[in-house]
Amino acid sequence: MLHLDVLEAQSVYILREAYKLLGKLGMLWSIGKDSTVMLWLAKKAFFGHCPFPLIHVDTGYKIPEMIAYRDKLAAELGLDLIVHSNSAALAAGMGPEAGRLACCRALKTDALQQVVKKYSFDGLLVGVRRDEEGSRSKERVFSERNAADEWDYAHQAPEFWSQFKTDFPRGHHIRVHPLLHWNEIDIWRYIAREEIPIIGLYFSRDGERYRSLGCTPCTGRVRSEAATLDEIIAELESTGVSERAGRAQDQEDPHAMQKLRKAGYM
Amino acid sequence: MESAQDLLKVVFAGHVDHGKSSVIGRLLYDTRSLPQGAVDKVKRIARETGKAFEFAYLLDALEEEQKQGITIDSTRLQFRTKKRGYVIIDAPGHKEFLKNMVSGAADAESAFLVIDAARGVEEQSTRHACMLSLLGIRQICVLVNKMDLIDYDEARFLAIKADMDAFFASLGLTACDTVPLSALRGENILRPSPRLPWHAGKTLVQALDSLSPAGSAENAVLRLPVQDVYKFDERRIIAGRIESGRLRAGDGIVIHPGGKRTRVASLESWPPRGRKDEASAGESVGITLDDEFFNQRGEVISHSGAPPLITGRFQASIFWLGKNPLRPRQAYRLKIATQSAQAVIDEILRVIDSSSLAAGERTEEVRPNEVAKVVITTKQPVVIDLFSECRAMGRFVLLDGRDVAGGGIVTADFGAEARESGFAHGGLKVRCELFEEYYYSLEEHEIRKRRPVTPLYTVGDAVPLSGGSFSYPEFFDVIALRDQAAVKIREGRVSAVLPLAEYAYAGLPLVNGRGFALRVSSSAEWRACLRDYSLISSVGDEAAFSSRWLLFEKYRRIPVAAADRVI
Repeated sequence: MLHLDVLEAQSVYILREAYKLLGKLGMLWSIGKDSTVMLWLAKKAFFGHCPFPLIHVDTGYKIPEMIAYRDKLAAELGLDLIVHSNSAALAAGMGPEAGRLACCRALKTDALQQVVKKYSFDGLLVGVRRDEEGSRSKERVFSERNAADEWDYAHQAPEFWSQFKTDFPRGHHIRVHPLLHWNEIDIWRYIAREEIPIIGLYFSRDGERYRSLGCTPCTGRVRSEAATLDEIIAELESTGVSERAGRAQDQEDPHAMQKLRKAGYM
Repeated sequence: MESAQDLLKVVFAGHVDHGKSSVIGRLLYDTRSLPQGAVDKVKRIARETGKAFEFAYLLDALEEEQKQGITIDSTRLQFRTKKRGYVIIDAPGHKEFLKNMVSGAADAESAFLVIDAARGVEEQSTRHACMLSLLGIRQICVLVNKMDLIDYDEARFLAIKADMDAFFASLGLTACDTVPLSALRGENILRPSPRLPWHAGKTLVQALDSLSPAGSAENAVLRLPVQDVYKFDERRIIAGRIESGRLRAGDGIVIHPGGKRTRVASLESWPPRGRKDEASAGESVGITLDDEFFNQRGEVISHSGAPPLITGRFQASIFWLGKNPLRPRQAYRLKIATQSAQAVIDEILRVIDSSSLAAGERTEEVRPNEVAKVVITTKQPVVIDLFSECRAMGRFVLLDGRDVAGGGIVTADFGAEARESGFAHGGLKVRCELFEEYYYSLEEHEIRKRRPVTPLYTVGDAVPLSGGSFSYPEFFDVIALRDQAAVKIREGRVSAVLPLAEYAYAGLPLVNGRGFALRVSSSAEWRACLRDYSLISSVGDEAAFSSRWLLFEKYRRIPVAAADRVI
């Protein structure tokens, strides 16, 4: 089997386990490359169907093209899409001026928690990968969150031989990570091979491109001439710049992502 | 595009503080495999916390890990040598985090065991070696780290090598290489070190590059555990991952444990342009069948020639990671591939201290981090293979409450020679195959046997007098010549189990241990039969004895089995 086929088969297996063994499922879709690949893999796993809703946590600060692309694709594919914002925090004036981590907590973590409670999800499919940053590298494929959405990373249950954690107390939920074993370059090679439609923000314009998508105030573009899939793949083969270098919240504290994720961030 | 075989998964294990994360950090740093941001971030953390830069921080990303200088949970990273790509798994070495070590290592094809040159072999060094062998990892290299602390002394290196070689030998393994190095100074990682002139062997990178990839399960027998059945549209699709072998559209298959037979109509896929007619081990597939049976998760699909074992009782080697000890007669959930069954530990045969391999006297419980040989009974029969025959179908996890608390591999099935089906009373055990079903398979045009899971019958138990291919009288005696024992059946129940020497012929019908009638209808014939049996000294004699004294068709027959379920 080719490397990408191995990755794909494992993701499909994980998606099918989640669908069979967890109760109500939702899939986080951020419009970015990873969750778009995850949506593609779900359609592979379920033979052209996506048997659970997609969830977009809209902070109100997303890059405008992302919202336009989201609505266009949702309409084209007939997606069952839940868009949720922490409108109370937004109305109270929450924004990056309040501190980047506080803003992430309110508009992403809290908003996500609200949507989980509102729809009583038992499982959330999240497209994080181990190679993105340190705390994600310690994740399990099926990762429990308690009633307060917290991740108890120091006491994770054993997980091996494709036997995942599917039994948990009421009020807890499971974050399922079907892409945990993929690398950034795998994602791009797969997008190219499968011809998966992808938002244009990743491609170079005026010598810069987005390597990771997020909110306008906190997401920077990187210098790049890569304007096609092949050029992005070639760039990643030789770059020494990390994927999340353009994400300002990561730089707030040496363990910013660990702290955000412990509290329930995606 | 590289193939999966080029990407080798290697776990780094060993005792806490022996430098696993440092060796990996150094390896990644020297091979320039780290993104710029990673090294800068670690340097910044070191500066801010007033600590010296440590290569281990590159992997120990959690704040607690860096503060305490230990690895809590496994990490994995990819890197490349000139020869090929690797997935490197960093496993924690602290005893408390053995469950995390197992979670990381279970996926690996090979392992590097890191040992501190100054401290030598310690408790987790040997415990990890034992766990790795139970996880089925046969390729293990030893890295003797921190050679700078012992002045690059060859004699001390050789002493550690001798210790580990002896331990590996008791596991039935051989270390593929033993490599001296210093992660701190970057010696013998990429290049040989002038400080180790006596070392004619490999560098770390050479040792990595000389590992061989695990063999593929593609050419083994077909095992496709059913994961789910979908009916999203007009198609009824059976989904699952092929754990071994190959499957083609049109193949005749058997669905276990029911034994239903049918054919694969199609392999389904999305988008439709990717459609294929064949798939092999590792692929997650969806198939449709010629006949629409009721199917469910947990069933296992095979070809007809090489069926898996179906049993409710088997022997296993297990490792226990639970908070509470594992105890016999307590209920656990057993998961094997996509099956889930309630299980009880019948008997703990032997508890082994996984760090010394010493067998303990205690058999009443298995404590955390111990390894044991046990007998497991499941509430309903499970479809399994011996681990040595098929890895994916021969390994299982045990859940205590909600969490996985242990794992194990199937080492023996009691459906084979060791099977305890038959009769027992007092200290006497009599093996017998009285309730085996014979049938003529239309598919293979051969006479075959099926062995149902039956308990060990004892005095007072009712026995099944008739099955699909046998029918015994209510009163008869079983003469088990092989075990030199007799069993009396009266009114369909076991009334006595006794040594043959104490048995007296009573004029009732006799059958042997396989359910064949003995042509004995008088005391004189009984004596002649025993005399002939005692004279058997060759296979030829045995054949002659059998044709003279045994009559198959008295209580047995051979029904023809249709393509569907047998009997």
